Amino acid sequence: MSNQSRTQIAAIVAVVGLAATSFFACQTVGTRNGNASADAAQIAYVAPGEYDEFYGFFSGGFSGQMTVYGLPSGRLLKIIPVFSQHPENGYGYNEETKNMLNTSHGFVPWDDAHHPELSMTDGVPDGRWIFINGNNTPRVARIDLTTFSTTEILEIPNSGGNHGSPFITPNSEYIVATGRFSVPVPQRDLAIADYKGNFKSMLSFIRADQPGNMEIAFQILAPGYSFDLAHAGKGPSNGWMFFTSYNTEEASTLLEINASQHDKDFIAAVNWKRAEECVANGKAQQMPAEYVHNWMNEAHIAQTETKSGVTVLDPADCENMIYFLPTPKSPHGVDVDPSGEYIVGGGKLATVLPVHSFSKMIKAIEDKAFETVIDGIPVLKYEAVNHAEVENPGLGPLHTEFDGKGYAYTTAFLSSEIVKWSLTDFKVVDRIPVYYSVGHLMIPGGDSREPAGKYLVALNKITKDRYLPTGPELAQSAQLIDISGDKMKLILDFPTIGEPHYAQAIAADVIRDKQVKMFPIAENKNPFAVKGEGETRIERRGKEVHVYMSAIRSHFAPDNIEGIEVGDKVYFHVTNLEQDWDIPHGFAVLGMNTSELLIMPGETRTLVWEPKKVGVYPFYCTDFCSALHQEMSGYIRISPEGSNVPLAYGTGGIKPASAHQPVAAR
Amino acid sequence: MRAYPILTPSAIVILTMVLGACGGAQGDSTESGATNGALTNADGLSQEQIEKGVGPIQSVSLTDQIDQALARTGEEIFNMKCTACHKMDQRYVGPPLGDILTRRKPEFVMNMILNTSEMIQKHPVVKELLAQYMTPMPNQNLTEADARAVLEYLRTQPAAAQ
Repeated sequence: MSNQSRTQIAAIVAVVGLAATSFFACQTVGTRNGNASADAAQIAYVAPGEYDEFYGFFSGGFSGQMTVYGLPSGRLLKIIPVFSQHPENGYGYNEETKNMLNTSHGFVPWDDAHHPELSMTDGVPDGRWIFINGNNTPRVARIDLTTFSTTEILEIPNSGGNHGSPFITPNSEYIVATGRFSVPVPQRDLAIADYKGNFKSMLSFIRADQPGNMEIAFQILAPGYSFDLAHAGKGPSNGWMFFTSYNTEEASTLLEINASQHDKDFIAAVNWKRAEECVANGKAQQMPAEYVHNWMNEAHIAQTETKSGVTVLDPADCENMIYFLPTPKSPHGVDVDPSGEYIVGGGKLATVLPVHSFSKMIKAIEDKAFETVIDGIPVLKYEAVNHAEVENPGLGPLHTEFDGKGYAYTTAFLSSEIVKWSLTDFKVVDRIPVYYSVGHLMIPGGDSREPAGKYLVALNKITKDRYLPTGPELAQSAQLIDISGDKMKLILDFPTIGEPHYAQAIAADVIRDKQVKMFPIAENKNPFAVKGEGETRIERRGKEVHVYMSAIRSHFAPDNIEGIEVGDKVYFHVTNLEQDWDIPHGFAVLGMNTSELLIMPGETRTLVWEPKKVGVYPFYCTDFCSALHQEMSGYIRISPEGSNVPLAYGTGGIKPASAHQPVAAR
Repeated sequence: MRAYPILTPSAIVILTMVLGACGGAQGDSTESGATNGALTNADGLSQEQIEKGVGPIQSVSLTDQIDQALARTGEEIFNMKCTACHKMDQRYVGPPLGDILTRRKPEFVMNMILNTSEMIQKHPVVKELLAQYMTPMPNQNLTEADARAVLEYLRTQPAAAQ
């Protein structure tokens, strides 16, 4: 692995050149519909009023959110805000949810969300939760699938570019996190040129099966490579987690050339059950680290706790825990087949697709078939672990999923195609063009022990000529491919929100009947809730004014408010008294500097407004709720500072605050 | 046992018209009241359904004495889930509920609470009320026991403010 830079550059240029040629070929002579036929349309058609067969969860990439589509129709069902503020429902703006976006760097209202990962039981998605990672300010989030809302976010210390995350173990014991960008560990002021030896990567294992209690169980100290993706072993390989790495050159500049020097980089195989033993046996060390954990409490109010310290395992102190499997070249995806035996590396600069064997790996470990040892990590011999190389897998192979019927499907980014190959003879049996530049693909359960090998979704970065143009920024897309037969068939494509980086899907009936329809008002634990219109009131505490407001079709109580002054800080605590499904109310006031509230039935949400100008300002319900929705409104009078207009309020008649009975007397 | 006069359909018409007049007095014209006070029983409800409403409650037996504990439970539920729209002595978002059992069978009251949307869709009296009040009553997801408690509370509530 010496100085081969000229050859490497030449190779890259050649690959890109080839790709460009095929790309133009697609645009000029290729059939733009990929031979999609009217029959294909029938497959994707879900009649009005009918339900889709699968829930599809798509990451929003740089939107920071997750989107939910019905499959096979491609109908958008919901945007779930995760790492980004969402003015549509007030997430990250209102007092109850804004703590979810706290980090050790302060309030961070955006991230780059890449990999949705369903919780699993016995290696099969179970529909309890879905996790997703934030790359930029390393975080992982839990979304509860009874409410389709983000309930927990944990920041990952000692990490940069949290891409290899949040891949899950077969019984949801752990999700993992690892960074594309090594950082000084511990973080400190350091010359970038001093990268080698000082910059490290951490392979983090996060306890994930206790909602509200995600915690970093341990971090494994690894060299300063770019750890990229991961997948857990299953069946015979349960207890292992596999991570890809590139930049084993440990370059810190011009990575496109400098991190493409080595013919092979590594898949790291981690025996996490062994790591647990080492932690239990006191082989780990506590390292200072500051990071933040946010979770929704039972009052539906986000709590923030700043943690200090993390448990770190140095491979040198825990032998038999981690091994490197040489893998050509700058591998991206690492995917484990349903049997748990085959480990597929997506070598994005490789001309073949390497398939490692778990049983061969175990034998190589027993035989000590080591090439070398790096920082206490044995490097196994390629020939001792490799089972097959799939020839002609397309240019720039990235990710592989499985149909449970003996076939694997791999994306080729540069040649914009999906390649189907056999897990028996490791030969390509079919290929289909996609439009264009496909990254991940997804088969429902396609990374699990039990794939539903009926549909495949290609997740494309470029759409170019696929849709009506919309200025310089074009949508990215998903393409649905029927994989029920021998030949893949393109049946639908639909634009997505943000980057549909990765997706997961699950049979609708696993989730559909568990949906929460409303929150019982009697169980509302928000300290500012009103349980009935009789409890509505206004309390002044110095410059702070707390409006305890109720909303029900079609009025607010109180809806006339006086006695507020410029310089006051007004808290509108609005409780939706409805107890029926699909009746949220909204709330907004003219001139507020935040987003609306969208309040689910039985819930309380709080908007803070600091009025700056004298006047009388309307507020109203923003979510069309009833025939008299337009009437669901009110006024708040803002008087000059120090004007001593008495506090007064009401609905259907305004009364001085003193005339309202105290709640206790009601 | 306290006796309740059985309401004949014609009595219901009269009562409804009284209610309608009450609404008009508050300046809420019932322009959309195409039914114009006349009952339309398009869904062909039986006489028993007209009296007792449509829903899970077929019969309710009321004790002679009001069960005060049950009424207190009902009051708590009513304050939480119903006061945003109902007062006892005057029209609010919905009709006044004082002395309601002189106008409605107890079964009707409970079915209205428990099976709100079907009552609104099918029951001629409720359809008429919707035409006057314009805001369909929401289903507040009371259990049958909750609704029974609210009924007991309503037994304690006269129409006129005391």
